[in-house]
Amino acid sequence: MTDPVFGLIYIFIFPGFLFLFAYALVLAFLDRKIAARMQQRVGPPFFQPFADFIKMLGKEVIDPAGVDSGIFDVAPLVALAAVMTAYLYVPIVGNSPLAFQGDLVVVLYLMSLPTLVLFLLGWLSRNIFSAIGGIRSVTQLFIYEVPFFLALLTPALMAGTWSISEIVVWQQKNMWFVFLQPISFIIALIGLQAKLERTPFDIPEAETEIVAGPWTELTGRRLAIMDLTIDVSLVVGSALVAALFLGGPMIPWAVTPAWLEGVIGFFLFLAKTLAVLLVLSSIEVATGRIRIDQLNDIGWKYLAGASIVQVGIVLVMNYLWVYA
Amino acid sequence: MPEVVVSIGPHHPALKEPVNFKVVVDGEKIVRLELDLSYNHRGIEKAAEQRDFIRVLPLMERVCGICSHSHSTAFAKGIEELMQIEIPQRAQYIRTIIAELERMHSHLLWLGVAAHVIGFNTLFMWTWRDREAVQDTVEEMSGNRVHYAMNEVGGVRRDLTAAQVTTALERLPNLEERIKKYVDMVNTEETMLIRFRGVGKISREEALRYGTVGPTARASGIDYDIRRDDPYLAYADVPWNVVTDTNGDVYGRTRVRIWEVQESLKIVRYCLENLPEGPIHVPAPKNAPKGEILSRYEAPRGELVHFIRTNGTDKVERVDIRTPTLANWTSVAMCLVNQNLADIPVIVAAIDPCLSCTSRITLLDIHTKKTGVMSLDELIRRNRSRDHGQV
Repeated sequence: MTDPVFGLIYIFIFPGFLFLFAYALVLAFLDRKIAARMQQRVGPPFFQPFADFIKMLGKEVIDPAGVDSGIFDVAPLVALAAVMTAYLYVPIVGNSPLAFQGDLVVVLYLMSLPTLVLFLLGWLSRNIFSAIGGIRSVTQLFIYEVPFFLALLTPALMAGTWSISEIVVWQQKNMWFVFLQPISFIIALIGLQAKLERTPFDIPEAETEIVAGPWTELTGRRLAIMDLTIDVSLVVGSALVAALFLGGPMIPWAVTPAWLEGVIGFFLFLAKTLAVLLVLSSIEVATGRIRIDQLNDIGWKYLAGASIVQVGIVLVMNYLWVYA
Repeated sequence: MPEVVVSIGPHHPALKEPVNFKVVVDGEKIVRLELDLSYNHRGIEKAAEQRDFIRVLPLMERVCGICSHSHSTAFAKGIEELMQIEIPQRAQYIRTIIAELERMHSHLLWLGVAAHVIGFNTLFMWTWRDREAVQDTVEEMSGNRVHYAMNEVGGVRRDLTAAQVTTALERLPNLEERIKKYVDMVNTEETMLIRFRGVGKISREEALRYGTVGPTARASGIDYDIRRDDPYLAYADVPWNVVTDTNGDVYGRTRVRIWEVQESLKIVRYCLENLPEGPIHVPAPKNAPKGEILSRYEAPRGELVHFIRTNGTDKVERVDIRTPTLANWTSVAMCLVNQNLADIPVIVAAIDPCLSCTSRITLLDIHTKKTGVMSLDELIRRNRSRDHGQV
């Protein structure tokens, strides 16, 4: 990243934040539309997520009695900033110019922040539904985070690097990790669904039990920004899974001119994130919400166990084949 | 975590009707709960005493939206028995058809609600779409989706034409197929099994002790259905089976309801195919002789009881309605203890509560304007001391 103008364009316009917001809203629309069609409904029009966002920005912000409104204002922004930063390290058009050794760990850390913000919001709301929702969201975090992290670290283990972009390059030379590590891929998808708090893991915001969980007292722009955070997380999460397991925006052949390779890479990114979204939407439509104790059983008995088995398999493969 | 009180309702997304639970939870476990039902006392029983029988029937329909036909039939049936008039066969069959269509749409609606409270919105959308076929049939027959206004004292108000019978019969095969799919889903769909099985268990003994009725009782293995045990309308002529289940949990109640939809479909088909010819009503006298009657009816939610006392005029002296939800409430309060907080909505929904229909009484201190509850002992003591002035 030598030219500062290029860097600014990359971060703020394309494929940076401007594109990120647009794509997040498009994915939110597609998610709702796919679910609606599967449920034999009509679904929302194309601009609905955008209209919702603008409408909520303009709505009155209500402070619950006894709540520190300063923290209440800032917390959603922190969550949004965290996932936006995470996005910069994920390869979109070719490799990210900001990539460095260890950006995978940074991305995983930044993607956990919205959950902690939700807990904080629930705790600060002084509302019993929010508090229970907040506690549920961190309880859930402790359950899915371990298998999710292990699943996302196995590609790094095999590629021998902690940089997402280098993992993508490794896949370009060898093979997609979805074929090499199918168990990790499945766990990553399940973990992503849990991280985004979508059915069957919408336990923290179960509307028929605890109204909206930590979201209950959010109004106006706080709610708009928190909603946008989840939409952006969906982009970052699916882009991360696409990069780590589906080869990211790379093709195994060299294409000239270079700009054409970039265009192809971008469309590959779109196709792969949409494929991930389709899987996530299908899971959402095909299931109901499970209980937190059931999630605990599933998470620690099966998901954590399976991911440790996958780590073992990867170590054996490394020893016998990759680094032999 | 220390014990905290979660106050659910009267305004809550899981509750479509006004009720309040004060649930004391320890973490996710329910320790105990208090129940407050009377948010919507509408004075229907008192209003029924002011009107003649013809005008009471529309009022009775408005006790409940979902089982409107149940209430008007229970009342009409009681009054007809007091007047000692026998309504024509064709009227009996038409009443039965509407009653069973009502049961079908009520149970399909319930299945959707039960799916919704566990977050399984796909099934919710599907059942409510298929329920429209039943609603369309009812609308064609009566002109209305909810308050059918089919009953009058002495028969029914509208006849079924041959065309209506044909279109209704044409709708049934598709509906039957969809219901088969739901039966299959209830028994095999993992997401429903893990949330329904073993949740809100009521043993046979407990079901009897707490006086549960309808699908809630039948799911605990109590073989009791007014339609068979005290036959009315055309149920004695129609071949059908009482559905029971031995699971006793929410899963059992779901199975009973979805199989009852199948049985209802069979009854509707039989009645439509064997609809007798003849008049649809007989002239009824204006006044009913002095007397008392207990009219029982198997509503979708269970045994519905109308107690009617007449005094020789064209108005009732007293009508008392015992809705099935009231009979089932105590069992809910009992089986919620020691369950998970997350299971409250599904256990409550499992009795298919109809709350506004249940609010029959409100205690009001006329001096302090305070409302409240009263124990049975207190009520008996006050009655014996003849201190009726204030409660």
